[in-house]
Amino acid sequence: MREFFHTLLRRLTAPFRRGRLEADLDEELRSHLEMAAEMNKRKGMSAEDARHEALRSFGGVEQTKELYRDQRGLPIIETTFQDLRFGLRMLRRTPGFSILAILCLTLGIGANTAVFSWVEGILFRPYPAVTHQERLLALAGTARGEAATGLSWPDFADLQRNCTLLDSFFVSKIMGTTLSIGDRAERTIGSIVSANYFDAIGVHPILGRGFEPGEDSGRNAHPVTVISYQLWHRRFKGDPQIIGKTQRLNGVLHTIVGVAPEGFYGTFVGWAMQFWVPTSMEEVFEAGGYKLDDRGARWIEAYVRLKPGVTAEQAQKEISSVAKRLEADYPATNRGRGIKLWPLWQTPFNNAGTLLPTLEIMLAMVVFVLLIACANVGNLLLVRSITRRREMTVRLAIGAGRGRLVKQLFTEGLILSALGAIGGIVVAHWCRHALVLLFPARAGVAMHLPGEIDWRVLALNAIVCLLATLLLGLVPAMHTSKIDLASALKADSAAVVGSRERAWARSGLVLVQVSLCFVLLVGAGLLMQSLQKIRASSPGFSTHGVLFTTIDLVSAGYDAERARDFQDELLYRVKALPGVESAAFARMTPLSYGSFSSTPIVVDGYQPPPEEQPIVQYNEVGPDYLATMGIALLSGREFTRADDESAALVAVVNETMVAQYWLGRNPIGQRVQVKGRWMQVVGVARDSKYESVRETPKPFFYVPRRQNFTIGAGLFIRTPLRAETVATALAREVHALDVNLAPYEMITLQEQVDRSTSPQLVAVTLVGVLGALALLLAVIGLYGVMSYAVSQSTRELGLRMALGAGASNLLRLVISRGLALMAGGALLGAAVALGLTGLLGNLLYNVSPHDPLAFGAAFAVMTIAALAACFLPAWRATRTDPARALRD
Amino acid sequence: MPSSKSEVLQGTLDLLVLKTLDSMGPMHGFGIASRIQQVSEGLLQLNQGTLYPALLRLEQRGWIASKWSVSENNRKAKYYSLTRAGRKQLEEEAESWGRMSAMINRVLRTS
Repeated sequence: MREFFHTLLRRLTAPFRRGRLEADLDEELRSHLEMAAEMNKRKGMSAEDARHEALRSFGGVEQTKELYRDQRGLPIIETTFQDLRFGLRMLRRTPGFSILAILCLTLGIGANTAVFSWVEGILFRPYPAVTHQERLLALAGTARGEAATGLSWPDFADLQRNCTLLDSFFVSKIMGTTLSIGDRAERTIGSIVSANYFDAIGVHPILGRGFEPGEDSGRNAHPVTVISYQLWHRRFKGDPQIIGKTQRLNGVLHTIVGVAPEGFYGTFVGWAMQFWVPTSMEEVFEAGGYKLDDRGARWIEAYVRLKPGVTAEQAQKEISSVAKRLEADYPATNRGRGIKLWPLWQTPFNNAGTLLPTLEIMLAMVVFVLLIACANVGNLLLVRSITRRREMTVRLAIGAGRGRLVKQLFTEGLILSALGAIGGIVVAHWCRHALVLLFPARAGVAMHLPGEIDWRVLALNAIVCLLATLLLGLVPAMHTSKIDLASALKADSAAVVGSRERAWARSGLVLVQVSLCFVLLVGAGLLMQSLQKIRASSPGFSTHGVLFTTIDLVSAGYDAERARDFQDELLYRVKALPGVESAAFARMTPLSYGSFSSTPIVVDGYQPPPEEQPIVQYNEVGPDYLATMGIALLSGREFTRADDESAALVAVVNETMVAQYWLGRNPIGQRVQVKGRWMQVVGVARDSKYESVRETPKPFFYVPRRQNFTIGAGLFIRTPLRAETVATALAREVHALDVNLAPYEMITLQEQVDRSTSPQLVAVTLVGVLGALALLLAVIGLYGVMSYAVSQSTRELGLRMALGAGASNLLRLVISRGLALMAGGALLGAAVALGLTGLLGNLLYNVSPHDPLAFGAAFAVMTIAALAACFLPAWRATRTDPARALRD
Repeated sequence: MPSSKSEVLQGTLDLLVLKTLDSMGPMHGFGIASRIQQVSEGLLQLNQGTLYPALLRLEQRGWIASKWSVSENNRKAKYYSLTRAGRKQLEEEAESWGRMSAMINRVLRTS
């Protein structure tokens, strides 16, 4: 074995020492021959004879050298070096071709690498600072087998106690908060975590410590926080004495016990966490009171780490058995509830889930783009293989093996795609933060969706590169192996129009390109239409002229009574502001991250089918809410200031609820039971969107805030004024009431709608970019084929002109040929698209995957692009000089 | 060509070279070639040129080493010498050669 490596090493290095080794060999053989001649002379031969005899007994000197060289190096490596050198020389000689080819491949491979890096950085390895991410899984609850919910703390603790197949369980629940330093208040986000968090993920604070066991329990017992590296630098100027200082979070003083390392952004795909607090402080940050003892309060988002060698299925089985036991032990809170593990890329409670469908589509699309790019470069190579036909023929004639020629062609393909792959890595590096740019910015929240270029992405990049090489080398190699020596040498084949078969190959490549491009255009069209439909569909409330903000009284430590007084006073002042038409508070904002209250209801006169318990969501709103939001009132009245604690309980229901539970009869004056209390219906409101623009109409109702009070609420203001103007005025009023308070960012409801539909926007933008890229590449391909066809058929064109064809005839001839190619490709593409667009699945909204408009638009775009691609070659055709064309 | 002269098999040549260097000490290529022909009393037909790829092969395997030096009559020449690994290899090959030829002899005699 040692000998083998010894030999291999020497042979591998030989090509690099070639000069010296050759000189050595010459010297050695010369000295041998001279010694032999000398000996022969001593035996009595003449000088001449002695030399001849020496050469004769030596055998062929040149043959010996060849044998020696083969033994010295590795022939396969040496020829590869030759091919590489030769290939590079060929590429340098035709810089236009080379640059175009490398550019096409850079775009093709770059698109692939960029998407790989996103998939890696967002879906598969979203937390680079965390050790052993491959054993990390997300943990969430299920209700009746589906729909992810959170977990309750007692359930979580039972899991932790009873599961043996898992290294660790940890909580990481995102929450927003107000961070105040001095008199400045700022909104930011952080995580509520279990005490084992930092140990479980293997992240060690660079200053201070993580949390200690026990710090996660005891109601409000441990006001400690670990802050992020960015926060430490931005707000505390990197103060090395930071540990032990205090920071007000949501109005409660917390002691800073640690600073997280640079590059650690927490464990929530999409957003960069700024600080962490233990679960014991949950009440300070979460609405709904103290929940650590409440098995029914499912608020926890959690992760687990598998023990080495344990599969997700085994762990799931164990967790399910614990969940079964919990169901039996606590039927009141746990009946029908399960607990489920999810791979990180399907995490139900962060942006991984929302981006997954988009990235899946992207993965398919970039393969198309790569194929189109390869077809382009294949076409270019094909053209070149015609001009190199003589070179190949001569090389074959003087004895090169066909295998050797094919190897040469593949080597050239490899050079091109390797350069393209390097370019691709650069492209991916540039694009690694591009996704964040597609999401609308929001105050106080730093988006973090990085692409990750690690060795896996690089390996995929290399595989794509090799794949491209194969595709590229295949076409010209097929042609080379078909060269018929005799006829090729006989005729000066360059003058003959490229063989029919080759023309077919080129047209075939363009056909493939056009069809792939068509599929992408259809996909882009469908998504664009969906987005348009989503944005144009009325959410059922006014999107313009209504502003929205919140003033966080929970964090500021207000109790219910103070909050009520503050909100009354503020509402009074806001309504008095010039330009404000109306204003109202409501607990929940439509289309936001939080969730509405929901309740089982009983409706007078409605007998639900057995097995069905009607559960309906509702919102707690103030007087004038419906008018302020622009939600139409169909009958009855909305709430007024008179609907307070001392008045009769009332509710306003929506259309769908009327249709479902009163079967269309007038519900006004009827009763509905909510959480055990009977309320009288006083009005019917039009349906609107509550949780998502894409939801279908569902039963929903409103109750007066005064009769169902919670401190937290959003403020809605109807006004024609700009948000900035109102924000300034509002901040002044808030400050006048309480100097420690500041309103959050003020946005229009349109902005709220846009934010909630940003995943669609991202999908459309990305697909649009890829579609445009594909179109560009396809146009280049079509242009190349048409201009080559024209340059090869000057004889035919000249003949036609001589026979009386005018410029417009020729123009039409060339363009119609190009359009025929395009139409063929588009038909093929349409057939493929019909089969594939169904995969867009729920990215589509109110648009059929076979929408004729999208197909028509794609066809129109392709036609225009084809016309543009053919025009220049066609124009050149009309400039054919018939006399010259026929003479040559 | 007389039938008693035989072509040199590749493995045999390696063995001959190793043996020659073992008994004669460091030698140059021409010396090795002459010595092999002399010892075989001209019975071996050796194209002297084929010796050089063989020397290179042995050197690549680490069995012999080479260095430039000056010959007895002041000519620059490359001298080859046996390495420790080469000596071990020679012993093994000589032994297996012995076994092989003994066996062949036995087969020839009995049949």
